[in-house]
Amino acid sequence: MDEEYDVIVLGTGLTECILSGLLSVEGKKVLHIDRNDYYGGDSASLNLTQLYRKFRPNEAPPSELGRDRDYAVDLIPKFIIASGELTKILVHTDVTRYLEFKQIAGSFVYRDGKISKVPSTEMEAVKSPLMGLFEKRRAKKFFEFLQGWKDDDPATHQGIDLDRDSMKTVYEKFGLEPGTQDFIGHAMALYLDDDYITKPARPTYDRIILYTSSMARYGKSPYIYPLYGLGELPQSFARLSAIYGGTYMLDKHIDEIVTDVDGKFVGVSSGGETVKAKQVIGDPSYFGAGSTSESGAIRVVEVGKVVRAICFLKHPIPGTDDSDSLQIIIPQNQVGRRNDIYIAMVSSTHNVCAKDIYVAIVSTIVETDKPELEIAPGLNLLGPIHEKFLSISPLYQPTTLGDQDNIFITRSYDATSHFETVVEDVQDIWKRVMGAELVLKKREVEVQE
Amino acid sequence: MQTRKKPFREMPRGHSQTQTPHSLRCGSYHSTSTANMSKQFQFKLVLLGESAVGKSSLVLRFVKDQFDDYRESTIGAAFLTQTVTLEDQTTVKFEIWDTAGQERYKSLAPMYYRNANCAVVVYDITQTASLEKARTWIRELQRQADPSIVIALCGNKSDLSARRQVTEEEAKKYAEEEGLMWAETSAKTGEGVTEIFTAIAKKLPLTAPPSARAGGARPAGGAGSGVDLNRQSANAQGQNDACNC
Repeated sequence: MDEEYDVIVLGTGLTECILSGLLSVEGKKVLHIDRNDYYGGDSASLNLTQLYRKFRPNEAPPSELGRDRDYAVDLIPKFIIASGELTKILVHTDVTRYLEFKQIAGSFVYRDGKISKVPSTEMEAVKSPLMGLFEKRRAKKFFEFLQGWKDDDPATHQGIDLDRDSMKTVYEKFGLEPGTQDFIGHAMALYLDDDYITKPARPTYDRIILYTSSMARYGKSPYIYPLYGLGELPQSFARLSAIYGGTYMLDKHIDEIVTDVDGKFVGVSSGGETVKAKQVIGDPSYFGAGSTSESGAIRVVEVGKVVRAICFLKHPIPGTDDSDSLQIIIPQNQVGRRNDIYIAMVSSTHNVCAKDIYVAIVSTIVETDKPELEIAPGLNLLGPIHEKFLSISPLYQPTTLGDQDNIFITRSYDATSHFETVVEDVQDIWKRVMGAELVLKKREVEVQE
Repeated sequence: MQTRKKPFREMPRGHSQTQTPHSLRCGSYHSTSTANMSKQFQFKLVLLGESAVGKSSLVLRFVKDQFDDYRESTIGAAFLTQTVTLEDQTTVKFEIWDTAGQERYKSLAPMYYRNANCAVVVYDITQTASLEKARTWIRELQRQADPSIVIALCGNKSDLSARRQVTEEEAKKYAEEEGLMWAETSAKTGEGVTEIFTAIAKKLPLTAPPSARAGGARPAGGAGSGVDLNRQSANAQGQNDACNC
């Protein structure tokens, strides 16, 4: 550890690993450290031993759950949007060669006490119980309007200005019912709350188009998922980084972030040694998150909490046509909340658990002092729950941009059901670290036939 | 038992021509112009062993028949493939994974071992400690990798036998006890290199389970449920799609 690096990266979560990989490809000399003996940090997928060590340290995994190595249980419930930004990074960096993806079989939405499939074909749409006949016609006109929109052709605008008019105005123009608005805003635009309604319609338009184009790409749902769990994503970017010279150290405790008298980053110390670098990037847990006795600079603040319950089921979720994987969105209005409840479920089809086990994660943003009760509407949809691992995770944000101290801190993984905000964080940090926008280039690879 | 990815992939020639190469993974399958009965296999091969025992050099010799005396630690050796044609015209394509230096601080990811069909564990015959390290890697493989994995123990730098610290007998005995293939090689002179990879290529199709052999197709290909991110769907732009709702 006696060398000097351009960048030290702390934590091997997905955000840090993407950055590490991209920085190494760019020619930066990167040292990447994790205190854990596994990759992934908060975005890891754990085997049974690791899962029990984390949630039930005094308990061994029951043998009836099967082989330890058959499990890769995600800590955060997220899927990859097929046409989203993460997919672009995966393709441009060629890390797709280390990964294999499957579709998520279905996307469902909760309305009036029942769950229904978000239609993925015209046939499904016609039969869908989500809307009545007349509402379907109105919705059809609404979607035709969105699909037909061309910025430079006012004839397609029907009097609407996406950049000025609110989404409320657009909904009203097409006379859509509140339940349909819930469906569109939450199950398609994937907003967690209703704040978007009074804002200009453009971002909502973009999100709906992203959703429908992702849905069109592979057919069943807008989501794809890597075999063996989300933890494969950080691992593959870590490999990319290593191939381009990045040095990896797992199971390495960081004692201190060393700064000079002006508070500028100097290096990190571990076991009495200090490694120097020009810049440091890391997840909030390396910068005082969760510690009460932080002396010196307050580098991260808590901005909310997410409650997540990892549930092992021995059956598919009722009412989903025995889907092997799915997302269920419970829009907040449907259960009298401010934030949606999400259910993400995967199974042995994705090589993340033993056969006949289904792993469902129910999550939401915490609004009260009884978080477990808040996810009850989600838990109730699952049927009998075989094992449940509950966690309440604070969400941290950095207090500074890093321009003064060369310390760049990533954000915690939020409650959204996908990785788009993770990529935004990557782009944002890249810009601050490198002083230029992240431009994805196809990297040169040595492929010999 | 859960449906794991098939431990190997077999592609009868006809198959490989009609099937679009699955660009998610690196494979593009050139078909040989020989008899129609020839079979193609593709296997993932991982390298293991202490730093500086010559893992990358061994692959460089095997794949490009080159050697570089002052090779830096592995940088940029992303992904190499090499095809071995056996006497019966069966072709075996190795998809070779180098450690990319992640072995140095015990930071190899589970992904590395995942679905590996064979491993070449390298030690340096001039360094006793490197054989000890090889034993550790072999234990790790037995713990992490698929039980059907074929492991070859490889004593590299045989051109430096004047400085030998590990005897042939010692290594061979250990290999026999553990049921490993074993050979000494010199990436520098090329001695034994092709031979050990060919021996692996011969052994692999034989050890592959009959069920996988009958299946034939790639796990994510054909009618499979896997998706190809690189595929540009005609609908991918979304703008002009008829909406489904």
